[in-house]
Amino acid sequence: MAGQGGAGRGAAIDISAVSKLYGDFAALTDVSLAIRPGEFMTLLGPSGSGKTTTLNVIAGFTEISGGSLEVGGRSVVGVPAHKRNIGVVFQHYALFPHMTVSRNVAYPLGLRRVARPEREARVARALDMVKMSDFAHRYPSELSGGQQQRVALARALVFDPPLLLMDEPLGALDKKLREWLQLEIKRIHRELGTTFVYVTHDQEEALVLSDRIAVFNRGRIEQVGTGRQLYDEPETLFVARFIGDSTILRGPARTDGSSTALSIAGETVVADKRLDGAVTPVMLLRPEKLSLRRPGAAPDASGLNRLRGTIAEAIYLGSGSKYEVRLGDGSIALVRSALGDEGFAIGEAVDLTFAGSDAKLLADDSSADVMLT
Amino acid sequence: MPMRPMTRVLLGLVCLAVALWLVAPTLVVVPMSFNENKSLAFPPKGFSGQWYANFVSNPEWSMSFFNSLKVASLVAVAATVIGTLAAFGLDRMRGAASGWLRLVLLTPMVVPGVVLAIGIYAVYLDTQLVGTLLGFVLAHTMLAIPFVLIAVSASLEMFDKRLELAAASLGAGRWATFRTVTLPLILPGVLSGLLFAFATSFDEIIVSLFITNPYLKTLPVQIFTSITRDADPTVAAVGTILLVATTVLIGGGLLLLGRERRT
Amino acid sequence: MSAGSITQSGSGRASVRPELTYTRPRVSWGPWFLVLPALVLLVAVMGYPLASVTLRSFAEPEWGVQNYVWFFGAPVNLTVLRRTFTISAWVTLVCVICAYPYAYVMTAVGPRLRLLLVLCVLVPFWVSGVVRTLSWVLLLQDSGVINSVLRALGLGSVRLIRTQTGVVIGMAQVLLPFMILPMYSVMKGIDLRLVQAARSLGARPSWAFLSVYLPLSLPGVYAGAVIVFILALGFYITPALLGGPRSTMLSTLVQNQVLSLLQWGRGGAMGVVLLVATFILLALAAPLMRQRHKRAGAR
Repeated sequence: MAGQGGAGRGAAIDISAVSKLYGDFAALTDVSLAIRPGEFMTLLGPSGSGKTTTLNVIAGFTEISGGSLEVGGRSVVGVPAHKRNIGVVFQHYALFPHMTVSRNVAYPLGLRRVARPEREARVARALDMVKMSDFAHRYPSELSGGQQQRVALARALVFDPPLLLMDEPLGALDKKLREWLQLEIKRIHRELGTTFVYVTHDQEEALVLSDRIAVFNRGRIEQVGTGRQLYDEPETLFVARFIGDSTILRGPARTDGSSTALSIAGETVVADKRLDGAVTPVMLLRPEKLSLRRPGAAPDASGLNRLRGTIAEAIYLGSGSKYEVRLGDGSIALVRSALGDEGFAIGEAVDLTFAGSDAKLLADDSSADVMLT
Repeated sequence: MPMRPMTRVLLGLVCLAVALWLVAPTLVVVPMSFNENKSLAFPPKGFSGQWYANFVSNPEWSMSFFNSLKVASLVAVAATVIGTLAAFGLDRMRGAASGWLRLVLLTPMVVPGVVLAIGIYAVYLDTQLVGTLLGFVLAHTMLAIPFVLIAVSASLEMFDKRLELAAASLGAGRWATFRTVTLPLILPGVLSGLLFAFATSFDEIIVSLFITNPYLKTLPVQIFTSITRDADPTVAAVGTILLVATTVLIGGGLLLLGRERRT
Repeated sequence: MSAGSITQSGSGRASVRPELTYTRPRVSWGPWFLVLPALVLLVAVMGYPLASVTLRSFAEPEWGVQNYVWFFGAPVNLTVLRRTFTISAWVTLVCVICAYPYAYVMTAVGPRLRLLLVLCVLVPFWVSGVVRTLSWVLLLQDSGVINSVLRALGLGSVRLIRTQTGVVIGMAQVLLPFMILPMYSVMKGIDLRLVQAARSLGARPSWAFLSVYLPLSLPGVYAGAVIVFILALGFYITPALLGGPRSTMLSTLVQNQVLSLLQWGRGGAMGVVLLVATFILLALAAPLMRQRHKRAGAR
C-alpha cells in the first residue's frame, strides 16, 4: 500500500517522542509517528489538538522542545525551514501578491539557481499538472480561491520535494470545489509518489484522501491506522466518536468472565468481551449494527440485546433512513436502516436490538464529549 | 445616512467653508510674491518677478534652501533606516514590552517643541554641535523617526506574515525572504515614511531656530527671520514655490495611488 | 522499525533518544537589537536634553526649587499659563466643530469629490507650517488682506494681528488636519446600516444621528481633540508671529527666558511645567484611546 503507483521518490518521516512546550502549555506531548515513503498520511483532529503544530514541526516553522525528528533518514532538528526542502501548502494559499502566477511558481527554482530554460519548462509542467497553464500571467488577486490553491500546490511541488505538507488546504473552499480538488490531490499524489502529510479537521476528507490517518487529541496521538481500522477497531472513545456516527451506552457495569453487562435504565445489555484494568467501560455501537423492531414482535432474536426506546427523530436519506431513538436513560441512539426495512414514525415506541458481538467496549473518557462540541 | 434636503445643503456649505479656510489663506502668498514694491502690504502693486530672482541670486536665501535640502535628504535616509528597523523590531517583539516601547519611540511627537529645543540647545552648546550639519541631522532624525515608525508599522500590520513562512518553505533564507517578499510588499509604507521624514526635516523650525548660527541656516529659519526682520516679499516667492511643489507632489502621488489601486 | 508497523504514541512504546533532544532558547534578543538604534538616538537627543533642562531648573542659579516658587508666585506667569490652556481649548473647540461635518462629508461623497476633499486637507498638512503662518500674517496684519477689503468696503479696520482671536484662527487652521484625519478614519469604519436600522426602528433622522452615529464616531473625536490640544499647548511659531504681548503663550515665555534673559533655570522650570502638563493630559486621555483600540479590534 505504501508508495502505491509512484516512483518511490517520497521521503520517510520518523517522529519520535516529540514534545512542544509554549511556556507551561504542552502543545505536543510524546508524539511518535512513522510515515512511510510515498504514503498519504492525514493528521486529523479538532482545532487545538496539535495536528498543525506537528506539521509546523516537520516544516521547520516550530522548533521542538524534546524528542527526535528525521526526514528521509536524516535528523532535521535544528535545520532551518529553508534548508529542509519540504513543500508546504498553506490554508490561506500564501501566494506572493506582488508576483504573477508563473513568477510565484518559479520562485523556489530561482532560489535553487535553476537555469532559465529549465526553469520555464518546469514552471510550465507544474502549472499543467494543476491545470492552471492559462493563468500564468495573472496576479493572485485575479484568481478564485480554488485557482489560488492550485497555484500554491504547483509552487510547492515544482522543486520536486520528497515531502509535501498541506495545512487544511481546502478549508476555505465550498463543498463542491473541495470534493473536486480532493480528487485532484489524490491524482497528483498517485502520479508523483511524493510523501504527502495532510492536516484536516474533516473526517470525511481524511477518509477520502488518506492511506493512513493519525487522530490527534489534546497534543497526543490517539490512534494511527487506515480509515477502516479507525472505524471498525477504534482504540479510544475519542477516535470512535471522531470518525463516523456512533451510539455510546453508559451504565453500571458488571464483568463476568469474558463478558461485560451494562445496566441501562433497568435493562441489561451484554457484550461478549471485557476490558482489563481499572476503567469504566462504555459500549460503542455503529448505526448499521443496530436494528429496530416494534415492541411485542416475535422474539426470534434470541441472544440479541434488547433496549426499549421511542423514535425522537426520523430522517429519510434516499438510500435508507436514519433514526434517533431516545432510550430509557434519556440518551440518544443512532440507527441506520436499509431501504425496504419497515418505517417508523416520530413518537413510536420501538425495541432496539443488537448482537453482543457487534458491541465494542471502550474506556470511558469524558473529555471525548467536550472536545467534540 | 438619511437626511433632510435642508440639512444636506447646510452640510455642503459648511464643508465648502472649511475647505476654503484650509486652502485659501495659503494662496495669499501667490499675489504677494509678484509685488513690485518691497512691501508685504495688501493689495500688491504692479507685477514683477524680482523676488524670485532674489531667491535664486541672494546667497542668504539660496544657501538656506540648499542647506535644508541637504539636511532633509540625510534625515530622510537616516530616519527611514532607523525607523524601519525599529518598526520590524517592535513587530517581532512579544508581550507588553513592545507596546510601551512604541509609546516611548513616539514621544517626540508630543513633547512641546520649545522645551525640546532649549534642551537640545543646552546639550549642543556643551558638545559644540550648534550650527553643524551633524547637529541638525541628529535632531531632525529624532523628530522624524515617529513618522517613519507609524508608516512602516501600518504596512507591517497589513503584511501577511505567513508569506514569510511560505518563502522559507520554498527555500528562501532570512535575507532572501526580506529582499524578495517582505520589502517589496511593505515598500509603500517605507516610501511614505521616507517622504514624511523629508518633509518633517525640511519644515522643522523650532529646534532649528535654537541650534542655528550664521554659518548654517535652514530655509524655515531664514523665512522666520525674514518675516520678523523686514517686509521682504521674497518670503512670499519662496512660499509660492513650496506651495506649488507640494501640491504637484501630493496630487501626483494621490493620482498614482488611485491608479494603482484600480489595476 | 519495519515499514508496516503502526507507531503510536503511548508512554510505554515510544523510545526517547536523549542525545537528540533539542531545546530552543526561550528569549530572542534579535528584535531588541533592531530597536536599539532608534532608542539610542532618542535617549541622546531627547532624553538627555530633557533631563538636563529638568536638572537646570533645580540647579540654576543655585540648588533648590526657587525657579518653581518664582513661576507659581508671579501673577504674570500664571496668567500666561491660564491663557495657554484657554487658547488651546478654543483652538480644539473650533477644530472639532469645523472638522466633524467635513470628515463626515468625506465619507459620504463619491470618489472624485473625496479626492478633492482629501487634497484640501493634505496640501496644508504638507505645505510648510512657516509658510502657512506667513500667509496668516499677510491676511491679518493691519495692512493685510482682510483689513484692506474692510476699508475698501468702507467698514473701517479691525485689529486682528497681535490679538488672541487672530492666534486662535491661525492655530486652528494649522491644526485642523490633525483633527480631520483621525475623525475620518473612524467614520469611514462606521456601518451606515446601523443608522438605517435605527430609522427602521422608528427613530427620526436627528435622533438616529444622536443615538447611533455620534457615539460611534466619538473615538475619532477624542483622538483628534487630544492630539490638537496637546500640539496647541506647545505651539510656538504661530503665536510668536500672530500674537502680541496680550496673547503670549508659555512657549514664547520659555524662549524669552532662555535666549533673551539667559535665565536657564527659570526657562527650564517653565519647560518642565509645560512638559508635565502635557504628559498628565496624555495619561488622562489614555483610557479614551484604549477604548478606541478595543473597538477597532472588534471590527
